[in-house]
Amino acid sequence: MPIAVVPNFALAAPEIFLALAAMALLVTGAFMNERSAARVTSYGGVLALLVTAGIVLSMNKASRMTFGETFIFDGFAAFMKVMILVSAAAVVFMAKEYLIRHEIDRFEFPILVMLATLGMIMMVSANDFIALYLGLELQSLALYVIASFQRDGTRSAEAGLKYFVLGALASGMLLYGMSLVYGFAGTTGFVPLADLFAHGGAPTGVIVGIVFILAGLAFKVSAVPFHMWTPDVYEGAPTPVTALFAVAPKIAAMGLLIRVMVGPFGDLGGQWQQIVIFISIASMILGAVAAINQRNIKRLMAYSSIGNMGYALIGLAVAAEAADPVIRADGIRNMLIFLAIYVFMNVGTFAVILTMRRGGRMIEDIDGLAGLSKTNPLMALCLGVFMFSMAGIPPFAGFLGKLYIFQSAVQAGLFPLAIIGVLASVVAAFYYIRIVKVMYFDAADEAFDSPIGMEMKSILVISFIFVTFFILFPVPLIAGATRATASLLGG
Amino acid sequence: MTDFPWLSVVTFLPLVGALFILFFSRGTAEQVARDARAVALWVSSITFLVSLGLWVNFDVRTSDFQFVEKFVWVPGLDLAYHVGIDGISLFFVLLSTLLTVLCILASWESIQERVKEYMVAFLILETLMVGMFAALDIVLFYVFFEAVLIPMYLIIGIWGGPRRNYAAFKFFLYTLAGSVLMLLAILAMMYQSGTSDMTRLLTFDFAPSLQTWLWLAFFASFAVKVPMWPVHTWLPDAHVEAPTAGSVILAGVLLKFGGYGFLRFSMPMFPLASLEFTPLMFTLSIIAVIYTSLVALAQEDMKKLIAYSSVAHMAFVTLGAFAANTQAVEGAIAHMLSHGFVSAALFLVVGVVYDRMHSREIATYGGLVHRMPKYALIFMIFMMASVGLPGTSGFVGEVLVLIGLFKANSWVGAFAATGLILGACYMLYLYRRVIFGQLTKDNLKSIGDLNMREIAVFAPLLLLVFWMGIYPETFLSAMHVSVENLLERYHSAIAAHGAATAIAAR
Repeated sequence: MPIAVVPNFALAAPEIFLALAAMALLVTGAFMNERSAARVTSYGGVLALLVTAGIVLSMNKASRMTFGETFIFDGFAAFMKVMILVSAAAVVFMAKEYLIRHEIDRFEFPILVMLATLGMIMMVSANDFIALYLGLELQSLALYVIASFQRDGTRSAEAGLKYFVLGALASGMLLYGMSLVYGFAGTTGFVPLADLFAHGGAPTGVIVGIVFILAGLAFKVSAVPFHMWTPDVYEGAPTPVTALFAVAPKIAAMGLLIRVMVGPFGDLGGQWQQIVIFISIASMILGAVAAINQRNIKRLMAYSSIGNMGYALIGLAVAAEAADPVIRADGIRNMLIFLAIYVFMNVGTFAVILTMRRGGRMIEDIDGLAGLSKTNPLMALCLGVFMFSMAGIPPFAGFLGKLYIFQSAVQAGLFPLAIIGVLASVVAAFYYIRIVKVMYFDAADEAFDSPIGMEMKSILVISFIFVTFFILFPVPLIAGATRATASLLGG
Repeated sequence: MTDFPWLSVVTFLPLVGALFILFFSRGTAEQVARDARAVALWVSSITFLVSLGLWVNFDVRTSDFQFVEKFVWVPGLDLAYHVGIDGISLFFVLLSTLLTVLCILASWESIQERVKEYMVAFLILETLMVGMFAALDIVLFYVFFEAVLIPMYLIIGIWGGPRRNYAAFKFFLYTLAGSVLMLLAILAMMYQSGTSDMTRLLTFDFAPSLQTWLWLAFFASFAVKVPMWPVHTWLPDAHVEAPTAGSVILAGVLLKFGGYGFLRFSMPMFPLASLEFTPLMFTLSIIAVIYTSLVALAQEDMKKLIAYSSVAHMAFVTLGAFAANTQAVEGAIAHMLSHGFVSAALFLVVGVVYDRMHSREIATYGGLVHRMPKYALIFMIFMMASVGLPGTSGFVGEVLVLIGLFKANSWVGAFAATGLILGACYMLYLYRRVIFGQLTKDNLKSIGDLNMREIAVFAPLLLLVFWMGIYPETFLSAMHVSVENLLERYHSAIAAHGAATAIAAR
């Protein structure tokens, strides 16, 4: 394979722009006084993330590689990148008010989020294990820091430490798996690997390597049995950071998982399908059952995201079934649709959680929402809609997400997976509608602090509109996901 | 027939009304409540009048779907906004629109808390109910079917009685658990047949082994909705805790989802499995008829008693549907309609005294005839209709179902007939304890009789109970052709399969 003297930098334009913007904001922040620096980097960060998303959208989506085939840009990468960038921008946008109130509005926060995001968008474009690992670690290191951003609080410090230790362990497993694959296959590039395994056979060492890689990536998407960090980190981290954890890194890790599993190991589907089915079932059940007794809404959202990742993994299990290429493609596509809907529901829910303040203190107890329908009917309506949507009740977006995922499972004949999935969703519905119950049926508690920041309001309204009216206009998202899938599988 | 989109107007007019209330009611709490009531009453009345237009323009000579509207919704999946009605669904649409008006009237004074939200919930519920009966796309059907849970959950939970949390959760989770399995079956059907269009699914022959599973999945959903023994336990709780109007809608319309589902989906789409499971349906229904009637006899709470009687009555519907002959199926539909009028009326009857005394305990009352003669009369008529007195609507359904049952299986018919006797026992016993006897309790001595609003609520139901009882042909004539078509499809599919297996065996 000829390596060009000057690689095609244009394909990495979003990454390059985001890296430059992050560095520029860092320098700017360092030279300004502390108060105004925080504001500048916050707005600058949102703007940079959105501009990066714009760059991604404006690029030609044809599948092309650069940097000696270690970096790929295609429709799939573009789809994932836009989701990651937009959700990260939304989180930075919402975070400002919280950070100011907790006196942790340092200018580094948006920059760290930008760097983490940079790692994420590199991950989904990785076409080589080394590139993958670089992106993953850039993301993880930045996330470890912001998890303990409230460094005076023990909970936040604990969250950061826990995340770091367990994250490092997962990275170790991933590296070990990658080295096994390299040892047996002699290459780390996805393209040569895919060629090697094109006929379905692989040495045992590679299979063991795949298991370790899957374990490492399962940690990143917080799938059972590698989920243990999730509730503690969600609860301990500052709420905007939790919001970020719930969306952007999950999307990135899912993107990575799809890329790795259907790329180099796509023809070994029979070997790893059982693993994905197992972690999917385990995540759905644990996400549903363990959340029932949670009193803290952030912990609840942690279990909810574990469960939702289980649903998303159904799509991957379907994609492993190589029998019919159409069904396989549908599996990936439906997974992307599910993830996009998941992002909107989560961002909206966290916007509500970020406004749960009484007397300047954050409320994290679910019972703190009591009587919200009287004290703030619009917010109660929004959260109610998000909860019904997450429970998969039509006509909200979450229903269509689940519909698509289960459609894939049924088409691929994975009935046990589908049946366990729907039954788990009934169990999960219990705790989602319990939140509705607290808001609507219980006697009113004191009202939350007002006014609500403009940031939260706008995010809340956008998510609400999406979740409510998606059912009327599902076509653009579906078409986008279809194109992304086609470019992943066809390229 | 015109191009006017009758069905969509009937479906979405209440939603428009709900949005109107939501966005345009301003002023003090009192003004908002008054406006919300007025708008809700107007909108639901207009909707009802428009829905009468469906009946007027309905062509009784064809079994095709009428007032069909179809727009592409999700092109890739072949999903469509596709609605239309036939002789089976026509009256359920009318029942939904009528009962909503009555519900809003009945809640005029009893609901004083969060009136705006209450009216919005009822109007949205009306949209979903009508949409459910009119849907001709199976995913669209599911969307409406399942979305009904949201307003009903809120109605029970916000305006319900002391144990409303428990009842609301139980209602929601029971129904959801049944429905999600149906969702999987729907997806499997779409995959097998390549379409979500119900008009095509109605004539699609699924493989016999697959039919069994699909039938069971749909059964899980409809059996909970009907509700059949042993998954009926959510119903008494939900009825007892729901506000009066909530119980009316629940008994009047929501329970019909199950019976309608069996007739619309299970029988024509999975005829072989339906035949295979007929003994199961008969057994469960017979148990329900006898067991829940006996349970009703022992109740101390009026609403609970009527709730158990609903289970027994709905068991007649499932018996009739699966007896699979013309009389029985028409009887099942007629019985659903009659039960829609009568049980709705009985819950309203309970609501009248509940509004006055805030108690549903039978022991609280006694001798009401001395203070409330009009009430006693109306109660008696509906009680008799529930028992199945000739000349009332209850008689028509029951007798048709029994004729059909004796044709299909005389043992089942004989057991089902005991339900009539037991029904008379518990209803008459209830009536005696509430209405007759000496008026000894002090707090009852000043109780007032029905006022004009309450009479206005009962009047249309009275009219319908007698109309259907005396001249049922008005209703039956519209469903003849559709029912014949359904049974034709059912029996020909079974015969074709029988012939095919005979050839294979040879």
